Amino acid sequence: MARAADGNYLLSCGSDKSLKLWSVSRGTLLKTYSGHGYEVLDADGSYDNGQICSCSSDKTVILWDVATGQVARKLRGHAGKVNCVQFNEEGTVILSGSIDGTVRCWDTRSRRFEAIQVLDEATDGVSSLKVAQHELLTGSVDGRVRRYDLRMGQLHVDFISSPITCVCFSQDGQCTLSSSLDSAVRLLDKSTGEMLGEYTGHKMKGYKLDCCLSSKDTHVLSCSEDGHVYCWDLVEGSLTLKLPVGKAVVQSLSFHPTETCLLTAMEGRVQVWGAEPEETDEVVLAT
Amino acid sequence: MASDSDGDEDFVSYGTPLEPLEEDEPRKKPVPLHEQTVKDEKGRFQRFHGAFTGGFSAGYYNTVGSKEGWAPATFVSSRQQKAEKQLARPEDFMDDEDLGEHGIAPAQITTSQEFSSSRRDEAREKARAVNAQAALIPGDTLLEELIAPARSSIGVELLRKMGWKEGQGVGPRVKRKARRQQTGSVYSSTMPPAGSEDSEDDDDDDDFAPEDVTFAPKDVTPVDFSPRSGVRGLGYRGLDPGMALLGRAAPEHIDLFKPQSETRSRLFGAAQRGSRRGGGVAGQAFGVGALEDEDEDVYHKDSMSRYDTELGGEEPGDGLYGWTAPQQYTKRRDASYLGKILEGFTLTQRAGEEKTIFPPPTLPRDYRPVHRFHLTSVSVSRLSGVSPALAEALRTSRGHMVKEEPQQGGRHQLDSGQRRALLGEDVLQGPSSVMELLKPEDRDRLLNLRTMAGSMAENAARSSAVSLAVTSAVAMARSMAGSMAGSSSVSSALSGAASSSGLHQQQQEALASWRGVQSSTQSFKPFEKNPSKQARYELYLDRLRQGDRDAVEQSLDSGMTEWERSREREEFVRASILYRPSSSSLTARFTSAKHDEDDGDTVEVSRDQEGDVDDKQAAVKMKMFGKLTRETFEWHPDKLLCKRFNVPDPFPGSGLVGMPKVKRDKFSVFNFLTVTETPPKPPETGKRSRWDISDQKKKIKEEEEGDASLPACSSSEQQTADGTKVFNYLCRQKLIRTFRENCDEELVNRVLFNQSVDQKSSDKKSNGDEEEEEDEEESRPPMDLFKAIFASSSDEKSSSSEGESEEEEKTKEDEGKVEPQALNLFNISSSVTSSSTSVTVSTCANQQTGNLKISGTFSQMLVRQRQPSWLSTKKRFSPRHHINPAPIIR
Repeated sequence: MARAADGNYLLSCGSDKSLKLWSVSRGTLLKTYSGHGYEVLDADGSYDNGQICSCSSDKTVILWDVATGQVARKLRGHAGKVNCVQFNEEGTVILSGSIDGTVRCWDTRSRRFEAIQVLDEATDGVSSLKVAQHELLTGSVDGRVRRYDLRMGQLHVDFISSPITCVCFSQDGQCTLSSSLDSAVRLLDKSTGEMLGEYTGHKMKGYKLDCCLSSKDTHVLSCSEDGHVYCWDLVEGSLTLKLPVGKAVVQSLSFHPTETCLLTAMEGRVQVWGAEPEETDEVVLAT
Repeated sequence: MASDSDGDEDFVSYGTPLEPLEEDEPRKKPVPLHEQTVKDEKGRFQRFHGAFTGGFSAGYYNTVGSKEGWAPATFVSSRQQKAEKQLARPEDFMDDEDLGEHGIAPAQITTSQEFSSSRRDEAREKARAVNAQAALIPGDTLLEELIAPARSSIGVELLRKMGWKEGQGVGPRVKRKARRQQTGSVYSSTMPPAGSEDSEDDDDDDDFAPEDVTFAPKDVTPVDFSPRSGVRGLGYRGLDPGMALLGRAAPEHIDLFKPQSETRSRLFGAAQRGSRRGGGVAGQAFGVGALEDEDEDVYHKDSMSRYDTELGGEEPGDGLYGWTAPQQYTKRRDASYLGKILEGFTLTQRAGEEKTIFPPPTLPRDYRPVHRFHLTSVSVSRLSGVSPALAEALRTSRGHMVKEEPQQGGRHQLDSGQRRALLGEDVLQGPSSVMELLKPEDRDRLLNLRTMAGSMAENAARSSAVSLAVTSAVAMARSMAGSMAGSSSVSSALSGAASSSGLHQQQQEALASWRGVQSSTQSFKPFEKNPSKQARYELYLDRLRQGDRDAVEQSLDSGMTEWERSREREEFVRASILYRPSSSSLTARFTSAKHDEDDGDTVEVSRDQEGDVDDKQAAVKMKMFGKLTRETFEWHPDKLLCKRFNVPDPFPGSGLVGMPKVKRDKFSVFNFLTVTETPPKPPETGKRSRWDISDQKKKIKEEEEGDASLPACSSSEQQTADGTKVFNYLCRQKLIRTFRENCDEELVNRVLFNQSVDQKSSDKKSNGDEEEEEDEEESRPPMDLFKAIFASSSDEKSSSSEGESEEEEKTKEDEGKVEPQALNLFNISSSVTSSSTSVTVSTCANQQTGNLKISGTFSQMLVRQRQPSWLSTKKRFSPRHHINPAPIIR
């Protein structure tokens, strides 16, 4: 539900079929983007904050203009719900992963309605997807983390066995983090696929919950179904913080790219967690 | 979705929630027109008077306030006032718009003539004069000077009253320094007037200046901030009016420190030369005028006299800092700019920031600016169809086994022997050359011929008689052909050797790839349309498998013509290479049936299939991530995608996108399936159900099964095609494997025994069935499980089974032996009996855990369905590991 486009803004999307842009520091709603037919599942902002892409259960991916709130492009082609969406670094390509097991690469520059390329290697729905430079990381329900290396022209498949809920790159780009439905978050070495760390203790059985790394790669954070955010030390693997967010499931979280600032989403509200001194200076936004 | 109860006061909530929609609330009916009324604030009804209902009745009560309402203004004649009418000004005919800010006569506050300082403003005038010097129409300042103003502005009057005199500056009086009035006539052009205050001060110091005498401040020439008009470039001036009209002679030399001359010289490059001609118009915009005597200098010829001819010859003090000024002056004042400064620009005092230029890194000596992609490896793996792992092994092994030859381009430059060495294969038995196939006398003859031809050609070349050589060669060839006409085998071998040694190589290749391959039913039939040809081809393949070297020759039809044979030979060899068995038959076993084009015989399969899931699963359980769980495939990104990602195309020139695909026979997959240990049972095995307890019942059963088995039999052939997918999946799910592993051998034996018994006698079978039935009764899962499974299965299935059950019910009712409790079970089993293959699975599965049962029943349903397209199978199986969709809101 929450996603920091850069450090200062936040995109929330939910079952109200709309997409909302918030200012994190002030906690005010800046804009609402509505145009999806079903609940919005994921959103991402381009590097220059000029465009937003979002995906929905209505099988479409929509490219928005941030300032005007108009639909710049509506991309159809997926056969099912679109789970995740992401810009590439230059905002020239939108990558969307769907429950139909494909990742589609859409060109934002041209007026073509078809995807540039369809990556149909996954044998089940694609649940999560991340882009870093020339690499594309996808996590699929078939229990595999796939990394497409455009520069080398290679596809690396790591078998995790349990359905993947979230994948992400570490900030230094050397590792991949993947959380799966066996209630484990695993840190894998990117080049060899070896496991560098396994973080357990939280509960992730049925929901598609997020995990992430802190801004300096020191900690691993993951949502949990027991209403906490778990925070492990990356190297030691020990649980350093168990952040009580609420009673319900913490659905999403996102870490500030530079500062110690955490966003969590739970049941229609997004909370901003600051650094140690003022432990929780949260702004609660009702969506 | 308002904020929670805990800490409401801390939070900011946004917006007002909508009223909850009541589903059962009756919808509001639209109010009819006659009931739509309007009341004013006092609750009185208001009436509307439209144009169609009597017009605007704006009387006393209803609006405008007067009793009569709207009334036309009374007409007043202006006849009497005619004489009083004055002349109309234009403003009388203008409305407010015209007088507004953007109108044609904007009425704005301006300084009146009296207060404007335009007339007698000496300083301004001076500035204007300076600017007007280069104006297009020269001399308009002269005209202005001629006409004396009648009055001065009030500002000037005030200044005068304060003691200001014309020519003085404005401001408090200055002490000590006498300000000499600069008139311009005193200082001729030889003396630099501006920018030389130092010299002026020196002069002042010499004069006597009493302490109590103050002087008026120096008059300052204000900068004229007139905006640029026109489209000319910066620094351009069209004409020199002074030159044109006054014929004034410009100073002879470029004096850089005199502003007048400076402007001249910088504006008109040919000022000196222009001065030599008398009058006339000159400027950059003009060529040669009609009044010109000569046209020598039009095109800006530079004369050497303008430049210094000796280095350092001039004294630095003489004010001549030109282009070739000595170093110390250029340092002090950037002389390169002098004379080139555009109008309105001044030289900056501060020097600009110096850019630090980092030198480019020194390249290593052996650096080559070309990136080489590993195309060799790509081509190897793509062409030969070997798995990437093998390709990798090949690549690495090359380094150890063979001396590295860097200039070796690709695989095709190796000969077969080298390649064999690389692959680590044994030396092939039999002859290595076609020549060895020949009889010794034939070989000798051929060798003789060759040496003769060689010596002949040599001789011919030596004698340099080309024509002779040609004729002799032709003659030789003829004689050769004549001599060889005898034995067809020799000629064929020769033609084979002569036509292409490549064919021979291919033959070797085919032999290498086919030798030792199990004689499984070969899948692809390239010559299916020609059965005899296909038969020959299969014969050839058989021979290849046995390692026969001259497989082609032997398998060809001897009754055919030579040409046909040679063609067929090439075809066979090519086909055998093209459809060579894959190195890993296991990987070829699985077809991801994503494309359900039923018309074609082949299916596009991605070349690199994923390895066994079981091994990986075990590795994951042992937490041994890494090599065991990591697989790397070749993947071709789209060209445009690379472009958008700012990444060079990793496979330039290859049109592939995605994973490399290989056309593979659709049916091969099914044929390769050798995992099923249990042979396909005859349809009678379907009878082995637990309902034939009594003999009468069994009879009914047999009738029914007979009916049911017929379509099952006939459809089984059709199903195999569709069933490939299912079987793939079954293999994937390790159903059979687990069956083999987990199932106790006793059970297997019993099943097998039952089959054999089935074929022998029905009495024994019934006994065995009863035993079987008892076993099943013991281990039968609760009914709920079945219900749950079948309730969640497709509607199609349930409806069909209902139909069947109805029929069966009827038959049972006819017999009058209806068991209500068994009926439900029967519904389920009716689906089981319809397919022969699935029965084996289900009967075995019944002994297994619930998990297996589920997959077993799934497979039945799939086999039962007539069109198990990939999508549907996928959907059907997706619940196995599906994330709970309901709670996901994002």
